[in-house]
Amino acid sequence: MSAVATAPVIQTSSEGAIKTKKLVIIDYSGELEKTWATMILTSTAAAMEMETSVFVTFWGLQTFVKDKKRITGQNWMQKMMSFMKRPGVSHRPLSKMNFMGMGPWMMFQLAKKYNVSKPKDLLEMSMALGVKFYPCQMTMDMFGLRREDLLDGMEEPVGAATALQLMTEADSTLFI
Amino acid sequence: MGNLDIKLKVDATGLSCPLPILKATQAIRTVASGELIEVVATDPGSVKDFAAWAGSTGNALVESDSADGKYRFVFRHK
Repeated sequence: MSAVATAPVIQTSSEGAIKTKKLVIIDYSGELEKTWATMILTSTAAAMEMETSVFVTFWGLQTFVKDKKRITGQNWMQKMMSFMKRPGVSHRPLSKMNFMGMGPWMMFQLAKKYNVSKPKDLLEMSMALGVKFYPCQMTMDMFGLRREDLLDGMEEPVGAATALQLMTEADSTLFI
Repeated sequence: MGNLDIKLKVDATGLSCPLPILKATQAIRTVASGELIEVVATDPGSVKDFAAWAGSTGNALVESDSADGKYRFVFRHK
């Protein structure tokens, strides 16, 4: 037996209280590997008691459509877009080596083998730990997404000004 | 060692990042302030990760050791 870790120094403000750090992520890409990175960071940040907010926009919003939804949208173009690429956290494409879904399938097999949590599970844990996910209203309008198409537990839709306010008040901001 | 009053034991062996941290978080929130939890992990990265987690949350790392590829940590709920 040997000691492996030393007691850390707790960062305190001048008043002596532990300062809450803020993390903001702009979830933009909607690709599997980047969604994975986002969900690992949001769940861990919440576990580290950081105030964590995610602005979900453009392709990123496809991740937050309920998995069971197959076709979304109000007009034929929006419906065609969802038909061409199925929305939902369990149906994300890889940015490289997608091979018609073969790549993501292999990724999930490897994740299972090495006890790595799937983005879906990490997303659920993030929500349970209090991470706030803000859908982008403009993206919802453009893709014809309704509030009921999106996952329960998200915040009310907001726009760029709210995203910028979150970003300027954060200790760390990531665009993924 | 051995004479600590552990309230809850968390088996995080075989789990990859960030699951040991998430499991520890869920566990420590179920015990009262000042009580101890023990976490056992096999992820070598968890050594530095748990130090960072303790520093960020204020849950103190009371004890840590390793043997046979297992890493053991005891935390006190703040």
